[in-house]
Amino acid sequence: MHSHEGEIEIAEGREFLIRIRRERCKGCEICIEFCPKKVFESDEFGCPIPERIDECIGCGTCELRCPDFAIEVEPKECHDSEEKS
Amino acid sequence: MSKRSCEVSWKAFLREENLPHQWCPGCGYGVILKSMLYAFEKGGLAPKDVVVVTGIGCWGKADDYLYANTVHVTHGRALPVATGIKVANQSMKVIALMGDGDSATIGGNHLIHSSRRNIDVVALVANNLNYGMTGGQYSCTTPLDSRTSTSWYGDPEPALDVCRLSETAGASFVARTTVYHATTIEKYIGMALSHEGFSLVEVISPCPTYFGRYNKLSKASQMLKWLKEQSIPIERVKDLSEEDLKEKFVTGVFADKKGHSFLSRYREIQSRARNELESE
Amino acid sequence: MKKKVRFMLGNEAIVEGALLAGATFFAGYPITPSSEVAERASRRLPQIGGCYLQMEDEIASIAAVIGASIGGAKAFTATSGPGFSLMQENIGLAIMAEVPCVIVNVQRSGPSTGLATRPAQADIMQARWGRHGDHSVIALSPATVQECFDLMVQAFNMAEKYRCPVLFMADETVGHLRENCVLRSRDEVEIVNRKRPPEGLEEYFPYKADDDLVPPMVTPGSDYLTRFHSSTHNEKGLPTSSPQEARKLIKRLYDKIEKNKDDIIKYREFDVTECEYLVICFGGAVRAARQAAMEAREEGLSVGVLQLQTVWPFPAEYISEISKGKRGVIVPEMNMGQIIGEVRKAIPDEVPVLGANRYDGEPLTPKEIIEVLGEVVSL
Repeated sequence: MHSHEGEIEIAEGREFLIRIRRERCKGCEICIEFCPKKVFESDEFGCPIPERIDECIGCGTCELRCPDFAIEVEPKECHDSEEKS
Repeated sequence: MSKRSCEVSWKAFLREENLPHQWCPGCGYGVILKSMLYAFEKGGLAPKDVVVVTGIGCWGKADDYLYANTVHVTHGRALPVATGIKVANQSMKVIALMGDGDSATIGGNHLIHSSRRNIDVVALVANNLNYGMTGGQYSCTTPLDSRTSTSWYGDPEPALDVCRLSETAGASFVARTTVYHATTIEKYIGMALSHEGFSLVEVISPCPTYFGRYNKLSKASQMLKWLKEQSIPIERVKDLSEEDLKEKFVTGVFADKKGHSFLSRYREIQSRARNELESE
Repeated sequence: MKKKVRFMLGNEAIVEGALLAGATFFAGYPITPSSEVAERASRRLPQIGGCYLQMEDEIASIAAVIGASIGGAKAFTATSGPGFSLMQENIGLAIMAEVPCVIVNVQRSGPSTGLATRPAQADIMQARWGRHGDHSVIALSPATVQECFDLMVQAFNMAEKYRCPVLFMADETVGHLRENCVLRSRDEVEIVNRKRPPEGLEEYFPYKADDDLVPPMVTPGSDYLTRFHSSTHNEKGLPTSSPQEARKLIKRLYDKIEKNKDDIIKYREFDVTECEYLVICFGGAVRAARQAAMEAREEGLSVGVLQLQTVWPFPAEYISEISKGKRGVIVPEMNMGQIIGEVRKAIPDEVPVLGANRYDGEPLTPKEIIEVLGEVVSL
């Protein structure tokens, strides 16, 4: 399930959600190559498309290895609880 | 996973309005910057506690993306400026961000003497193995025989080991890692920030645009994996031959010595001087 | 209150003046003929809770001085020709980043290593243009040990007031001269400290100047985050390549000095207005010039002396004013003729301007000046 929050793209999987700021992504494909669960497909610019979001185990490799502050991963409940508190 | 509970989040240091940053696709500097901010957060620091001194070069642009006290200085001179800041304002955390050119090539003399003096400053050296900002020329850390924009026929000069140099000169905390080993960057910076005396952390970083392209490593993830293959943990060095270690990056903690920093010694000098003045 | 007078070396008086001005930091590298400044600083600064840093070279020395000033201290260094040349790039940094500091150059005979123990004044154009780019700079020059003390206080006051480096152009004759020096007390002298921003600003812009063209300065650690930048920057201290911003910044840095000449320019006059022949000089040449003028007056020649304590910015308007109607101007310098170019530009063509120059490592004596006086009189 994909939605938008301003220019942030949010992809919600079973347990985790991934936020992508496409305007910061330079298509280095590091997140795509290093994701242990191969969650991402690459668009023609090398930017990540979280096709298999449900496979995401929230390891955070994509966020850690992204040089452009373009991608973040969060457990879903933490996202929901934040909105409640 | 960036969920850390503490008063000041790492994002308080990040000047998001200046993103996307200027570093090339796949360059590791964004990862080093983020790791530094994680280390600031974990160290309980706030932007006003920190003075970041940057030199000139790709890594020298880092202060454009920071909320902190920042000082952008001339090429190669970040360490002596940082030294002056720390001596005059000792409550501040002073960090010098330098590339391989800034810190060890043009700035080599200052690296040696800052280490020898054991001044209470953190040197965070981002080493992309060449001069990226000016178009990919070789620097003193470029591996022997590598092709660069000024060594088309191979770099005729062996690379300098920044960590060994700094350790030998007297730095009391020295560690090296690479952007591939991303989690250790934050760990080593954290250790450096809490260390009394001169601490140097070198992070070898992929430069797909120049060093990578000239040396058949032009894809970002390709160069990252190359860094992994080229790295040898320091613990395993003793059972490897000179040949095995040639052009390899030894990673890990080279030195972690407690002991007198320049400032602790100079405080003793100030008390002796005051006593002499009072006795006059 | 009894005056505290000491029989003192010029180089030592420089340090005492700096301490009175509130300096707490010195970073330097030993070099003849300025090493006594470093030696005294290394002894006196720790006594008052300050710090002496001996750096690995002069580039590191000026860099550390800039750092210390950024850190909140009043900071200075001392060197001579060879070190002064090495410091030029970072003097440019202090100009661009607007960092107050004082750089003492006890000039010696050059070029290159030259005659290390001998005097000269041949770095005076380098003081003005020693670094790249359009800019202005303040340079003062002491002629006596007392001025080594008093002008150092002025140098720090100007550095703090205008947020810039101030070059203190002494030379070996003055630096190694021993004379009585009145060590003034703090309440006898005006001390200027850098301007701070008001409290409670919504956002502090590190390079937003007030009407006096000088931005308030913050010491890191206060509630305002501050920035210093060596590249062309905007008021936030972030780099910019916009032509308008670049022009505005370069013009402001230039104007903040050139438009405050009345405050910055200091000089001493000896029979200047009524004399027929005027001697214009600075630093180590002043003593010989005044003796020569005295001897010439005894011979019935009407000679006055203008001593420039501020050499840069050059007092061109004032000099063109007072030289009107003079029958001749003599410019004695311990170099082949450098400031004389500025004097010629400022003086009406009909007034002859002659140099009295010595560049053999020996101090200028009255004899050389009297000879040239003789030439100009016979013109």
